[in-house]
Amino acid sequence: MALYRNGAFETDAWSYPADDAPIPGSGPVALPRTRYISERDALMQRADPLALVLRPGEDLAGVEGDLARFAMIVLDIPKYSDGRLYSIARLLRERWAFAGELRARGDILRDQIAFLHRVGVDSYEIAHEGTIAALQSGAIAAVRRHYQRAARNDDSIPGVR
Amino acid sequence: MYRYDEFDRGFVAERAAEFRDQVRRRLSGELSEDQFRPLRLMNGLYLQLHAYMLRVAVPYGVLSPRQLRKLAHIARKYDRGYGHFTTRQNIQYNWIQLKDAPDILADLAQVDMHAIQTSGNCIRNVTSDHFAGAAPDEIVDPRAYGEILRQWSSLHPEFSFLPRKFKIAIIGGPHDRAAMRAHDIGIEVKREKGVIGFAVYAGGGLGRTPMPARKLRDFLPEEDLIAYCEAILRVYNLEGRRDNKYKARIKILVHETGEAEFRQLVEDEFAAIDKSLYRIDPAHAARIVAQFAPPPFAVLPARSAIFESARARDAALAAFAARNVAPHRQPGYGILTISLKPVGAPPGDATAGQIEAIADLTETYSFGEARVSHEQNIVLPHVRLDDIPEIFATLQAHDLATPNAGLVTDIIACPGLDYCALANARSIPVAQNIARRFADLDRQRAIGDLKIKISGCINACGHHHVGHIGILGVDRKGEEFYQITLGGSGDENFAIGEIVGRGFAAGEITDAVETIVEAYLRLRESADETFLSAYRRLGATPFKEALYATEPA
Ligand code: HEM
Ligand code: SF4
Repeated sequence: MALYRNGAFETDAWSYPADDAPIPGSGPVALPRTRYISERDALMQRADPLALVLRPGEDLAGVEGDLARFAMIVLDIPKYSDGRLYSIARLLRERWAFAGELRARGDILRDQIAFLHRVGVDSYEIAHEGTIAALQSGAIAAVRRHYQRAARNDDSIPGVR
Repeated sequence: MYRYDEFDRGFVAERAAEFRDQVRRRLSGELSEDQFRPLRLMNGLYLQLHAYMLRVAVPYGVLSPRQLRKLAHIARKYDRGYGHFTTRQNIQYNWIQLKDAPDILADLAQVDMHAIQTSGNCIRNVTSDHFAGAAPDEIVDPRAYGEILRQWSSLHPEFSFLPRKFKIAIIGGPHDRAAMRAHDIGIEVKREKGVIGFAVYAGGGLGRTPMPARKLRDFLPEEDLIAYCEAILRVYNLEGRRDNKYKARIKILVHETGEAEFRQLVEDEFAAIDKSLYRIDPAHAARIVAQFAPPPFAVLPARSAIFESARARDAALAAFAARNVAPHRQPGYGILTISLKPVGAPPGDATAGQIEAIADLTETYSFGEARVSHEQNIVLPHVRLDDIPEIFATLQAHDLATPNAGLVTDIIACPGLDYCALANARSIPVAQNIARRFADLDRQRAIGDLKIKISGCINACGHHHVGHIGILGVDRKGEEFYQITLGGSGDENFAIGEIVGRGFAAGEITDAVETIVEAYLRLRESADETFLSAYRRLGATPFKEALYATEPA
């Protein structure tokens, strides 16, 4: 996986502890919803940034009130064709006014970058080699005009020429 | 009709450039077929049994002469000299080479056309009534709203990776010529006390579990059209099944959730949406509506002496007019259907020369407008009755004068095993054989209105579930076999046909259809009782008896 953010590849500062591994005492850490909920009280003590990881099909039940605590929300995409996160991203941005970083993570095709940008995603952790290569070479051509409103309505899209 | 502005043109040109780049990378080996597949599908390019198939969008079925000429050019230059008009009001080319696809899309872009969203799990090309703007029974011309929906759904960032394909149809009056209730969303535009609103249906579909769409709203305010569609699509995108592609259409979600609960989910989402964001700017809407203003009709007497005396002299013209000319709302005009179902030919095919002839007729006689109908015919929506004898002569010269609109030989058939990788059985030869059996025009006219629809597998691309007589290709131990359904209807009296009994081999199916038709002729109360009315009065039993009577028990 490679992380693409603000128009460039960078190394990831976040750690994703395995479900049975302890949560590191410091540094930015990203947790699945269930784990976050079960360890919520202990996590209150933690000063460093927290992120929430949502799997496909998961909504915000149980964490609606905590959104402001998350510096980042990660939307997992095990398979590019599962489009649920596009709705979740818009809801986060448009209905719940989530202002932190939104990250898409997993199987991302090159022609999804523009759509993901439009629904409010800021960064991409990409498994697909072809997409990584396309972003590296600046080869993604996409339609930048749009007819309908979404979370972002500008037509400059990082990574897309 | 709608004219592209600079924005629309730029949009399509950017898309064509994007696809050229993708094809280049595929041809150079940079992309594998696996990586290329989702990209090409989003541009309407399918890999079929023998070649690539390109499906071109014709929004709400409307075509100009310029566009028709370009379609003819593509048929000649890149295909085998013909194109295939489909039940989705689209045109398909069945013999495309990958290396040509970018040039074809660039050619299409020159005439404001494209293949965007003609495949894939996205909102597909919006379909409508092929008599829109011309039918006397129409309340509101639905095409302006079809265009608004086209714009809204084009490369929608949230709804391009749905659980499954999503089809919207829109009509503008109580008579449904677009099989609206067989669609994922069906919309009927209404006018009550001078105010526009919409009846909105959702959850219709054919395929392996056919279902009629359920009504969610009887009169949605005009300004909320897009917000309400967003609500339906969002509920579907989040809740629709993704575990099994045969259960992924919205019809299954509506069915499994229950109509009342599904409606509640949509209404809750709709209530939470900031509707002000989706209100169509009235100036923008007015510009679109103006583009669908009626053409400058002449003031004419309702009866045309030229037409009446010509049909009195010429029996062929009279036969044509009786079936292929429908009443128009404007006195002195008619709606003319050009049948693409000559006896013995594949339904919906047209040669480049025929398409060009139609382009010329459209330009000269129909205010520059033609329509593709979901029944795989072409419609000239606005012709003067005075001109029909001349039009008819031209049609005759191009083998386009088949006088069978709505008759037993006006058959819908999917591509079937001749082209389609998913097929169980051939459809086109079945249609051809049935048409040959009923070739005698007097016999067809004695039978009257009868819709036969044929699909080569359960995906139901040929709409067999809503055929008065539906024929479905099945595989029986490696042999092509056909199941018959009766009593289906795609119009405002929507019904899914019922399976009559065991299927028929390819060699038996024509006889079986004839047996059903003969039974109807015997059983009907009078020549005015159509096949469908007779079936609804009598039920399946007498037809089953006729079909299976001679069998050993
Ligand atoms: C030749 C290649 C084709 C393939 C591989 C194909 C594939 C499919 C599949 C898989 C479905 C079922 C979708 C589902 O139920 O989820 C379907 C439905 C449909 N197809 Fe095709 N199709 C082809 C050609 C056509 C053509 C030529 C037409 C138009 C004449 C067409 C019109 C339709 C329609 C109207 C449905 C809708 C049925 C519904 O609402 O469920 N298809 N097609
Ligand atoms: S109904 Fe089946 S055989 Fe016919 S075109 Fe559709 S998928 Fe192919």
